[in-house]
Amino acid sequence: MNIIKTLALGAGLSGLLLSAAYAEGLQGKVIGFSQIGSESGWRAAETSVTKAVAAELGIDLKFADAQQKQENQIKAIRGFIAQGVDAILVAPVVATGWEEVLTEAKEANIPVVLLDRGIEGPEDLYLTSVASDQVKEGRVAGEWLVGAVGDKQCNVVELQGTVGSSPAINRKQGFEEALAGKANLAIIRSQTGDFTRSKGKEVMEGFLKAEGGGANICAVYAHNDDMAVGAIQAIKDAGLKPGTDILVVSIDAVPDIFAAMVAGEANATVELTPNMAGPAFEALDAYLNGGTVPPKFIITESKLYTPADDPQGEYDRRKGLGY
Amino acid sequence: MTRSLRPLMATTLIFLFAYMLAVLQHPGMLSTRVLGNFLTDNAFLGIASVGMTFVILSGGIDLSVGAVIGFTTVLVAALIMWMNLHPLLAFGIAMVVAAGFGAIMGAAIHYLKVPSFIVTLAGMFLARGGASVLSPDSIGIQHEFYSTISKSYILLPGGGRLTVVGLVMLAVFAIAILLAHRTRFGSNVYALGGSETSAALMGVPVARTTITIYALSSALAGLAGIVFSLYTSAGYSLNALGVELDAIAAVVIGGTLLTGGYGFIAGTFIGVMLQGLVQTYIVFDGTLSSWWTKIVVGVLLFMFIVLQRLVFRAGSRRP
Repeated sequence: MNIIKTLALGAGLSGLLLSAAYAEGLQGKVIGFSQIGSESGWRAAETSVTKAVAAELGIDLKFADAQQKQENQIKAIRGFIAQGVDAILVAPVVATGWEEVLTEAKEANIPVVLLDRGIEGPEDLYLTSVASDQVKEGRVAGEWLVGAVGDKQCNVVELQGTVGSSPAINRKQGFEEALAGKANLAIIRSQTGDFTRSKGKEVMEGFLKAEGGGANICAVYAHNDDMAVGAIQAIKDAGLKPGTDILVVSIDAVPDIFAAMVAGEANATVELTPNMAGPAFEALDAYLNGGTVPPKFIITESKLYTPADDPQGEYDRRKGLGY
Repeated sequence: MTRSLRPLMATTLIFLFAYMLAVLQHPGMLSTRVLGNFLTDNAFLGIASVGMTFVILSGGIDLSVGAVIGFTTVLVAALIMWMNLHPLLAFGIAMVVAAGFGAIMGAAIHYLKVPSFIVTLAGMFLARGGASVLSPDSIGIQHEFYSTISKSYILLPGGGRLTVVGLVMLAVFAIAILLAHRTRFGSNVYALGGSETSAALMGVPVARTTITIYALSSALAGLAGIVFSLYTSAGYSLNALGVELDAIAAVVIGGTLLTGGYGFIAGTFIGVMLQGLVQTYIVFDGTLSSWWTKIVVGVLLFMFIVLQRLVFRAGSRRP
């Protein structure tokens, strides 16, 4: 059962991987992966993608789920060191408190790669970190909208993420950067939808009522796909056609937004790739086999998806990943 | 072998047997590095479990230890980073605060005649809530003292490290064994767990002993919090969530009777090590879900409850 699932994942993944042209260099290497837990769909997808990529490369992946506890992560990393693994991947649950254990890894000459979150502390404690650029994600979404509306007058409403969270702040900033200096585009309303589907719908209903039943709104920008899916529902309830009457652009690229694209109800999404391990393995390959030290911060691609990018295929590829 | 030592022997044998099986499968587990990790990684749990052993021996339970650990890490971090106190002074303040907190809980349990379960549940909410109010974010501790401590260890042959926190735990266990088996306070604790009424009739100072037990448990939780902050060089309000349950499990697996009056501090040590062994095995295996730790601990707990039942029934038939 497990093997079948892994194989199916691997097959689905080959399209998702950016470069399949790895050297055979990591074949048989033992790599430990200390994951935070499985608190969100995206993280579950990150776990399954990491396992699938490792299986494809012939890596003996030691996986440890920390159940959101730092002490479990530290124990796991110590265990990896004691085991003498070739490299360690960590998605750190908090930013502080890693110096001692990472120093131990360093003294044992085991390279450490941070995934999707950073830590406080000296940079020489880890080989590199792989993460997305949240400001860039917002910018890519904004640039798409600028191109899509051309010279037309366009009022945009914004569904923000959780107040004060770094993705909300950065995705807002990037979007505003893309719109800066465009006189025909204006963000007329912006409120938090807490990254959830239900709050996204509720806030969008408020926007529609306040703006003449939606006649005044030409586009909605949501900081994540879940809120966008909620907003789509609200637009439909108001008797308008999402995707046509009101453009929908959001970030994350979860399966549901591709389903909405297939139905013509969403226009664009920017991918937060769950494949952080791919670039990490590439960097490790280069480092372990060639001695090439990678850059300290590897930024994953923020890829734009529109209905022209085979949304049905993207949906099929992602739906089994645990989102 | 005397009958009363059977549970302790059983725990020890199970640990040795499990360790042997693990080593057969992953020979790398037989190294001083792994043994050193056992001590370092479980130091905070071990210290908290010592306090828990006294509480359970007296027939009570303390649900607040995990929260007190979390609170202490935040308090210590705040004192050092915000008030610029020396860590040793911060440790002293934290221990006094924790012991006072435990004494109040002990007084409430004794004078208000409320079950320890309820009082320490309230204590748990208070401590966890207080920690989050102090600082919801993790506070990193940068102090020379901290880096010195984390860099000092005794290098064992084979690359293992006997760290300061590991040694602190061993010392706590050694002192606790003397306290439990060689002092009047220790006998009072056992007497209280046997039967509070007869203990009082025998002249055991029930009020003082109860308050001391909970003060001791919280003080040790405070020490565990200090060790935790040394371990991660940070204070975070969500640290050590649910550690009280791991501690209770360690105590019961170590052969202490949940109803009180019977048990060993040394058994608790094995109970802690057994949990560490399961976790280490899962990391070495690398394919098992980490939730198997909970399943194995659950099975062990159940086994020991049945075992104790059998041993004590056999005992009562042949007085």
